[in-house]
Amino acid sequence: MTYDFRQSPVVDQVGIEERVARFNTRSIKKGSKVQALKLALNMIDLTTLEGKDTEGKVTQMCYKAMHPHLALPDLPSTAAVCVYPTMVKVAKEALKGSKVKVASVSTAFPSGNSTMQIKLLDTKLALDNGADEIDMVISRGEFLKGNYNFVFDEIAAIKDLTHKYNARLKVIFETGEISTLDNVRRASDIAIYAGADFIKTSTGKIGVAATMPVTLVMLDAIKDYYFKTGIQVGMKPAGGISTAKGALQYLVMLHETLGNAWLDNKWFRFGASSLANDLILQLEKEAKGVYFSKDYISVD
Amino acid sequence: MAKKEPKKLEYFTDWKYAPSPEATDHIRLQKQYDLFINGKFVKPNSGKYFDTINPATEEKISSIAEANDKDVDSAVKAARGAYDKTWSKMPAKERAKYIYRIARLIQERARELSVIETLDGGKSIRESRDIDVPLAANHFFYYAGWADKLEYAFPNRHPKSLGVAGQVIPWNFPLLMAAWKIAPALATGNTVVLKPAETTSLTALKLAEIIQESGLPDGVVNIITGHGPVGASMVNHKDINKIAFTGSTNVGKWIQKAVAGTDKKLTLELGGKAANIIFEDAPINQAVEGIINGIFFNQGHVCCAGSRLFVQESVAEEVIRKLKDRLETLIVGDPLDKNTDIGAINSKMQLNKINEYLKIGVNDGAEMYQSSCTIPKKGFFVRPTLFLNTSQSHRISQEEIFGPVLAIQTFRTIEEVIEKANNIPYGLSAGVWTDKGSRIFNLTSKLRAGVVWANTYNKFDPTSPFGGYKESGFGREGGLHGLMPYLKF
Repeated sequence: MTYDFRQSPVVDQVGIEERVARFNTRSIKKGSKVQALKLALNMIDLTTLEGKDTEGKVTQMCYKAMHPHLALPDLPSTAAVCVYPTMVKVAKEALKGSKVKVASVSTAFPSGNSTMQIKLLDTKLALDNGADEIDMVISRGEFLKGNYNFVFDEIAAIKDLTHKYNARLKVIFETGEISTLDNVRRASDIAIYAGADFIKTSTGKIGVAATMPVTLVMLDAIKDYYFKTGIQVGMKPAGGISTAKGALQYLVMLHETLGNAWLDNKWFRFGASSLANDLILQLEKEAKGVYFSKDYISVD
Repeated sequence: MAKKEPKKLEYFTDWKYAPSPEATDHIRLQKQYDLFINGKFVKPNSGKYFDTINPATEEKISSIAEANDKDVDSAVKAARGAYDKTWSKMPAKERAKYIYRIARLIQERARELSVIETLDGGKSIRESRDIDVPLAANHFFYYAGWADKLEYAFPNRHPKSLGVAGQVIPWNFPLLMAAWKIAPALATGNTVVLKPAETTSLTALKLAEIIQESGLPDGVVNIITGHGPVGASMVNHKDINKIAFTGSTNVGKWIQKAVAGTDKKLTLELGGKAANIIFEDAPINQAVEGIINGIFFNQGHVCCAGSRLFVQESVAEEVIRKLKDRLETLIVGDPLDKNTDIGAINSKMQLNKINEYLKIGVNDGAEMYQSSCTIPKKGFFVRPTLFLNTSQSHRISQEEIFGPVLAIQTFRTIEEVIEKANNIPYGLSAGVWTDKGSRIFNLTSKLRAGVVWANTYNKFDPTSPFGGYKESGFGREGGLHGLMPYLKF
């Protein structure tokens, strides 16, 4: 299949923002709310990506991923934990026997400013340590220069590697840096056609992270590809989603854009660290009728 | 890569939204409503009342007075008296204060007005809450600002008020149309006799309460209810200086004949059958959204609805596929539910008319496609409908249906689409979707339509004039232009 990325569909920002505003008028109550809160919890990639991460912190986070809140029975685990390559072994060990996956960032995360050789080695390190999923970043500099083939080849090379390990590949655009919605659409098409299993908005390391308009453009790209090929691609907004209300709005958008087939953590993830606790708080409220103090919810 | 046959996407099967109805317990409605004449609610001369029902449940909400010629006469007398004694003599900036106060009171009672609009008319609460009521308030705010600036609006032309304005409004945007009519009339110093449509009188009568509360001098605004003959009586009344009518083209033609040879000024805002034109370079996903908004807004009960879709051949397959897909995510049902996209058809009569057109479309050979949604058993509902493979000569492509029914044609060249878009007795509005700015300007000058939206649809603002060409009427409402029909120079 050939695809000229200069010919990616244009996006009208005003139209996108209006559509998002419509999603946000949906009123999700009662049973449908509880269902969505649990689904959102089950879609989280619980994340710690700091220079000061310790093995202890990662281990604690892994426990939280498996058992988000013991006081409430029947809560799902999160989808995955997301860590640096050096922490993959620790996470893998801590999550042994559970369904929670280990995702590792790679390719000189978060800037992506390195050589292909280093990026491949970085990814191989994570995979050798047992990562189930790789969150790579694209070279935004090359993208903004218009070197779309470079970006495509880079993604395809990493995909080649992850494929050998049977790991799934998420491709991060850092949408705050490529800035326009037309660029977001083009990056989505490049990544999807280069074999991304997931496309992902942001690293969480710069000021502008995931937004609903950006996510909608990416969902539209996924949908267009699905209509053309019948192949599903996953979506991961990351950074900036910290409230249950926000997460529900994303789920409404996902649901009404891609339908039931995507309402599963195989196809949608939230990259977030503090979202889980707000979801738990709201689930407690739905179960018991009153809000609890945040002191009752662990902060791992 | 093996090309699999693309599947249809499914919605609302695994995750259904629980009902989320807007509360109605705060609504104060009387069992019976009288005529609002000279600042008071008075019983109709006929002694007759008719039922107003909720089109979503077919249950009675209230009884509305049926005015007759005598009531029309006393309403006009009250308006004339108020014009002569107070309103025409009042300094313009004082007039503005009353208009401003009405706007504020609409805002304060926005929730109540929205719920009543939805109960009485069948439109979704999302629309009455987010569009009708805020826009109605904005119209009063906007024209309040003009009241003492008419000399600046029309320099050296010495604008003067006309006297008594008789206004007849339709059922599709009851409160909003009342605002479109009353606000500029008051700002220009005229007094008003207004008749709402018989199926949707309630928010106009609530507006009468608001007008009472605002302290507007008695008789400046009179609101009389009833059926067609009440409007006819207004049109024929000797002491009315201006008729403003929004409604069907047939009635508009009759009104124009009736006022011929009199010195009544006239504005008519009538039907439409707008072309919504999608070029191959358009932002397709947003265009699809615009098509949906263009035809399904307010159940298609919109005179400027984008009811004729023209898609460029090269993207027709994609656009139609996406339209069919988007149809499945439209929630049709209880208008009071905050998640409802498409509410109830306004009346049994209108429902029958729409259903008749569905039959005509199929019989004429167009291919009908409807959403698979289930519609409530009770009440007046229609599934959102597309007609594919329609011809320019099909009745569904020529006549105004005023329902959630879209007739789709394809085109190849720009000349072809301009010719087809203009080949209709109407000329109220049009939509153009393209990434090319120059093409937009080319089309806006060639499409014979009062409003042309570019890369959007159904956008309304008090500052923007609205009105038609050809059989869609004449005169403009909104903006600076909206003042002119209420002034003499």
